[in-house]
Amino acid sequence: MLDSQHPLQPRLDEIIGGLRGLEGPLLPILHAVQAEWGHVPQEALAVIASALNISRAEVHGVMSFYHDFREEPAGTHLLRICRAEACQAMGGAALAEAAKARLGVDWHGTTADGGVTLEPVFCLGLCACAPAAQIDGRVVGRVDADRLEALLKECCA
Amino acid sequence: MLKDQDRIFTNLYGMHDRSLKGAQMRGHWDGTKDILGKGRDWIINEMKASGLRGRGGAGFPTGLKWSFMPKETDGRPAYLVVNADESEPGTCKDREIMRHDPHTLVEGCLIASFAMGAHACYIYIRGEYVREKEALQNAIDVAYDAGLVGKNACGSGWDFDIYLHHGAGAYICGEETALLESLEGKKGMPRMKPPFPAGAGLYGCPTTVNNVESIAVVPTILRRGAAWFAGFGRPNNTGTKLFAISGHVNNPCVVEEEMSIPFKELIDKHCGGIRGGWKNLKAVIPGGSSVPCLRAEQMEEAIMDFDWLREKRSGLGTAAVIVMDQSTDMIKAIWRLSKFYKHESCGQCTPCREGTGWMMRVMERLVKGEAAVEEIDMLLDVTKQVEGHTICALGDAAAWPIQGLIRNFRDEIEDRIKGRGMRVAAE
Repeated sequence: MLDSQHPLQPRLDEIIGGLRGLEGPLLPILHAVQAEWGHVPQEALAVIASALNISRAEVHGVMSFYHDFREEPAGTHLLRICRAEACQAMGGAALAEAAKARLGVDWHGTTADGGVTLEPVFCLGLCACAPAAQIDGRVVGRVDADRLEALLKECCA
Repeated sequence: MLKDQDRIFTNLYGMHDRSLKGAQMRGHWDGTKDILGKGRDWIINEMKASGLRGRGGAGFPTGLKWSFMPKETDGRPAYLVVNADESEPGTCKDREIMRHDPHTLVEGCLIASFAMGAHACYIYIRGEYVREKEALQNAIDVAYDAGLVGKNACGSGWDFDIYLHHGAGAYICGEETALLESLEGKKGMPRMKPPFPAGAGLYGCPTTVNNVESIAVVPTILRRGAAWFAGFGRPNNTGTKLFAISGHVNNPCVVEEEMSIPFKELIDKHCGGIRGGWKNLKAVIPGGSSVPCLRAEQMEEAIMDFDWLREKRSGLGTAAVIVMDQSTDMIKAIWRLSKFYKHESCGQCTPCREGTGWMMRVMERLVKGEAAVEEIDMLLDVTKQVEGHTICALGDAAAWPIQGLIRNFRDEIEDRIKGRGMRVAAE
């Protein structure tokens, strides 16, 4: 348990309190925690576990099973580039290389200033306008190096 | 070719009005109350008579599946779960329904839930489908506001709630029991069957899991009659079907067509033919990444339905037709799929967890030709030991593409191994 002075505790209690009545509450809680802090703080796992009366191992197991949950905070902006077949066929690989070079990071990496995190994603459902990317929840089609530059400029320079 | 008036998905490409009003103009939500008024048994019998087979890949008769649900409740609620976790490489039909024609899915959910005595329906959609989530959630909200779902849905006296649940990035959650685990908030690891979901599914209650397309075609079948639907295709392979054609065709597309359409007709009419002409065709994966590929010669007279492809030791799967021309490195293409399955194996069963890795590594060497000819049979042996020895079908899905490759393109693998052997000797 966290001591009650911990800065996470009040908001965490609110989130758990609001969702624990659901059937199958663990995933909605993890989604809400990630939405609140941008990642799932490891300290939160014990609190969730004891609130739902399951073991910490179970919470950790679920959290690490799904690719979408992250342990570390991402950068201010999250850039995801589609790596599925259609996008690769339409220049997704070159786009990915351009993004890596532009940001100076590899997959799952965050730029030194904490501005942008780069992630691969499998099929955003935009194969008709491949290659596709997603920035902060907004999906964009037909992304080439120029459009990528524009997107990055738009959000963080 | 399927006539326009026989199409079920009238707004597949999103060219028309996507609002509820637009959907109603095209005939959706028409007389839903009367359909429900005819009763559960009538609906299930019509579905059986229509011959609809599940559109998620396995092809199990939908009406029969519904009839497994308990007729009288023993106090436990029943659930309908719609599988919208469409993640198989090549498959992209459900997203067109959810994005452009979501009202037909929502209506189908109501009718199907009523037919199995369920007051609640969960749609499990994969987290990556951003636009589809928005469109579908919007359709659900509008349907609630219009009184089409919710308390006393459509004035039929049936209370019905529908929930959209977002996945979190795991292919295995498309397996029906893994999907139920995930809905319950656990790791998406498949369950042993039996008990089957119809006996003990979501939260231990009777549950039926159906594909998006299977549910979305229901309202139209019931409105136009089972005989109309059964009039398409060959016996036991009836109805219309969404085909998603990708790869080396001039015009890749998702199109609704009659079942049992000849492969040639499908490609020539809708996709503008094979890139570089029919002579340039090398291989086809006819049903999404998990079914074995077939050679161009076999596809010449191919009939696109469950039974014909089964006879040829492949399958219709989700009808995601992946076309590959002569420029394709078949071994590398299948290696790519092996890599995918290795990445997505949930790790619960040893043959799959270890086997997918072995298979991928042997495939990797076959791609480069750095292997002995005997290893081809060894690889085949490994696939046989994975296939059928796992809880869910992911093990089979990983094994089948490789078996198809060895069955149909053994010469190519051997040539590559020998070619490399000669190069090494020459050096």
